[in-house]
Amino acid sequence: MPTYSFILNGTPVSIDVEGDVRLLWVLRDLLGVTGPKYGCGLEVCKACTSHINGKAFNPCSVPVSQIQPSDEITTIEGLASTAGQDLHPMQQAWLDHDVAQCGYCQPGQIMAAVATVRKVRAEGREITDADLDGIRNICRCGTYSRIRAAIKAGAQNM
Amino acid sequence: MAKHRYSPDVPALSSAFGRRRFLGYLIAAPTLAVGVFGVVQADTPAADASVPSPPQPEEIFDLGDLQNLAAAPTSHLISVRVNPDGTASFAAHRAEVGQGMTTAVAMMIAEELDLPLDKVTITLADARPELVFNQLTGGSNSMRSIYLPVRTAAAIARQQLVAAAAREWNLDPSALSTANGVVTGPGGRRASYGSLAAAAASDKTTPVPAPPLKPSSQFTVLGTPQSRIDALDIVTGKKSFGMDIQVPGALPTMVRRPPTINGTVASVNNTAAVRAMPGVTDIAVISHGVAVRARTFGQCIDAIRALDVTWGPGTVDDTSDATVLAALKAAELPLVVPPLTVTSVNADFTFAFASNSPLEPDNAIADVRSGSAEIWSALKVPIDAQQAIAAMLGMPQDAVTVHVVQGGGSFGRHLFHNVAAEAAEASQRMGKPVKLMWSRTDDFRQGRTHPMCTSRVRANLLLGNVVSYEQRHTSVQTDFSHGLGEMITATAAKLPVGGNLSFAETIFELSQSSPYNFGVTTQLLNEVPLRFNTGSMRNIYSPNVVCAQELVVDRIAAKMGKDPVAFRRRYLKDSRVLAVLNKAAEAGNWGAALPAGMAQGIAVHSEYQAAIACLVQIDCTPATVNRQIQDGVGGPRVTKALVVVDPGFAINPRGLEAQMIGGMNDGIALALTSSLHISNGIPLEGSWDNYFYTRQWNTPLDMQVIVMPATSDSPSGAGELGVAPAFAAVACAYARATGTMPTSFPINHGTLGFTPYPLEPSTPPSPTDGLDNAY
Repeated sequence: MPTYSFILNGTPVSIDVEGDVRLLWVLRDLLGVTGPKYGCGLEVCKACTSHINGKAFNPCSVPVSQIQPSDEITTIEGLASTAGQDLHPMQQAWLDHDVAQCGYCQPGQIMAAVATVRKVRAEGREITDADLDGIRNICRCGTYSRIRAAIKAGAQNM
Repeated sequence: MAKHRYSPDVPALSSAFGRRRFLGYLIAAPTLAVGVFGVVQADTPAADASVPSPPQPEEIFDLGDLQNLAAAPTSHLISVRVNPDGTASFAAHRAEVGQGMTTAVAMMIAEELDLPLDKVTITLADARPELVFNQLTGGSNSMRSIYLPVRTAAAIARQQLVAAAAREWNLDPSALSTANGVVTGPGGRRASYGSLAAAAASDKTTPVPAPPLKPSSQFTVLGTPQSRIDALDIVTGKKSFGMDIQVPGALPTMVRRPPTINGTVASVNNTAAVRAMPGVTDIAVISHGVAVRARTFGQCIDAIRALDVTWGPGTVDDTSDATVLAALKAAELPLVVPPLTVTSVNADFTFAFASNSPLEPDNAIADVRSGSAEIWSALKVPIDAQQAIAAMLGMPQDAVTVHVVQGGGSFGRHLFHNVAAEAAEASQRMGKPVKLMWSRTDDFRQGRTHPMCTSRVRANLLLGNVVSYEQRHTSVQTDFSHGLGEMITATAAKLPVGGNLSFAETIFELSQSSPYNFGVTTQLLNEVPLRFNTGSMRNIYSPNVVCAQELVVDRIAAKMGKDPVAFRRRYLKDSRVLAVLNKAAEAGNWGAALPAGMAQGIAVHSEYQAAIACLVQIDCTPATVNRQIQDGVGGPRVTKALVVVDPGFAINPRGLEAQMIGGMNDGIALALTSSLHISNGIPLEGSWDNYFYTRQWNTPLDMQVIVMPATSDSPSGAGELGVAPAFAAVACAYARATGTMPTSFPINHGTLGFTPYPLEPSTPPSPTDGLDNAY
């Protein structure tokens, strides 16, 4: 069985696993990192959204063999430390707006929100309603309006 | 039931709260533990009222009252505990699936105990058979049925802590006061609750008188906006859902399922080859498929896809949308008031199947040994699960321990324990612990659904008045076999409703009533016993019934040349419904001039002892309707939404607002986009890009919730309340924007907006191009 290595939330990890196993299951079933959620395994619901080298992606749809030893994978558990704080400003905004209901989608929502803000900043602008409309993460509790408010607030402190 | 709802016109029965009082007990324990016993006092029904429309059953005694009545005799078994570390804890006998129950219960305890909210810990109780019917989460009943007992237990605990301090200081208890988890007395004496917890404990279970509860005028926690007590755990990824629980040896397990609903396994043709696949440890045939246990869920997906299975028939193999609709049409009950040809409004509505699947797929952990079993799952009726699983495993009920875990949503799905039973079956067959998960596609195709239904409405108008309103609701049967049935049976004889209503009819009659004075009013249900996997979806019958009703109300108003709001003002029975309507019309700027293709819609509803109005603005202009959404639907967009709610008393206005926002997004989905298409015995939907629940691109840009000032000391039910009026308001807005009243829902159901995943294998493969889509 091959061994795969990468950097997970700032710490190097290695795991013996078949290369076609999607990263989500490596994280959840083998490494016990359960912040990224399974909601479909089809790259649709986005509940597993995490970051690879700072960009949002869905580990349910990436075979672990595609991950390089130098790749930095950040899950919700490691987000705060990327900001050097106890909470990332986006997490704080989520608390301030009491966004969550059941909470199952929210780790993915927060990771998507941070990446979306970074993306528009890289384009030299601030987030718009059109950008928010483009976030595909599903929330079956229907917390969307609070998500939108929290992203706008969180962006101001990023 | 409507203690405060129908004044002044209808002197209804006093509420179930009014009939209840509580006996307290100190429970034998090393630390202070207080239980309460609820008793129901017999009450004489109020005198008959004379009103244009006699009260329907829901108005005098609703589903929540029935649950309160059934739960009352066992409430004594719930207890509040004060711990030596100064915290209070309570094992809630209800499920937490996002509705905010744990936060509200913590607020009740914090209030009566004078303890900071963050010192209150709420856990979820295991299945406790002695609670009988007091462990069912449904009908938006939790707050209504536990508001008084939990507060009473906390108030007794506070009293005992004061008494313990008084003994220690040799003072009269009346000289002491409490705040922030500390008892204080003359001369600067202070004792923390933690330091008193052991001294206040009792070594035998003893009855104690219940002190008066705080009047609402003294509330500092209840009625104030509070954030969820698990919010920090959620945003940091620490909240543990069923899927996240680790039980030693409980390896991932998934099921290859048949290509039709409830199909069976005839033979498995390549067991040895699949068992040799990477990670696979076990394969077992279970009732409705073939279970595979493996090192990772990813390897389960690969293995179940590789299985070669010959399938037996399911329970609805020859049915499709069209055949189900034909069966419903044939079963519609007759309308009995003859149409008055000149002034009759007739309408027929059809509502497609819908899914109650939450985002977290059905999952359960089971560890079945010889002679005992342990189950972990998000269950709203855990006692029913325990009984059924024990019977299936051939064990006595007390040999099966059922742990209730946090659920990632429910919407009715967790009333049933199908996945827990499957996990137990697989664990027993394999002889090993399993963590069994349904795939997303399983959840849509084989999971419970809100069944297709029709609603026929006829209203007769005479001399400028509405003289009759009849509604005939016809549905594929809704499965209520999760134990509410036993409760109904046990309680039915005491119901103040006549006749031999069947089970579903009882639920229907206890939840439905017309808020209008329309003369002779009847709303009846008939069901068609097709064997789909159905169940209650958030708000059960109301979204369909109320949508049909409010569309017809708008049509009657138009026929009489009245504005929809002015018309409703004239005909509404209840002052609270009128008040929320008026508030919505005012705050939502009803009647504002809008461009062609845009319109407002308004709808009202009352249920669970609450009153609610929704006002929405919809954009049906071609530019919006024809938006191109990758792998999704655009269509009309609700751009503004206003919900005005009178919940009686709002325990947590912030949580209440959250429930209203969720209800609005549910209503938008049911009106415009989300449905299941049944084709040859199975839904075609297989992912969230097929089942079009509301997404960011269709959620209102402007969403506002107004909570009315308290109209009661008692909370109403609110978790499901918003769905029906939101659905109705969107439908009414759509009708006004397009000039055509929609009669089939959701409006896009006629066009299949996606390419279905294959039926075999039952779970699609996960993509491999995730890195290409990073952003």
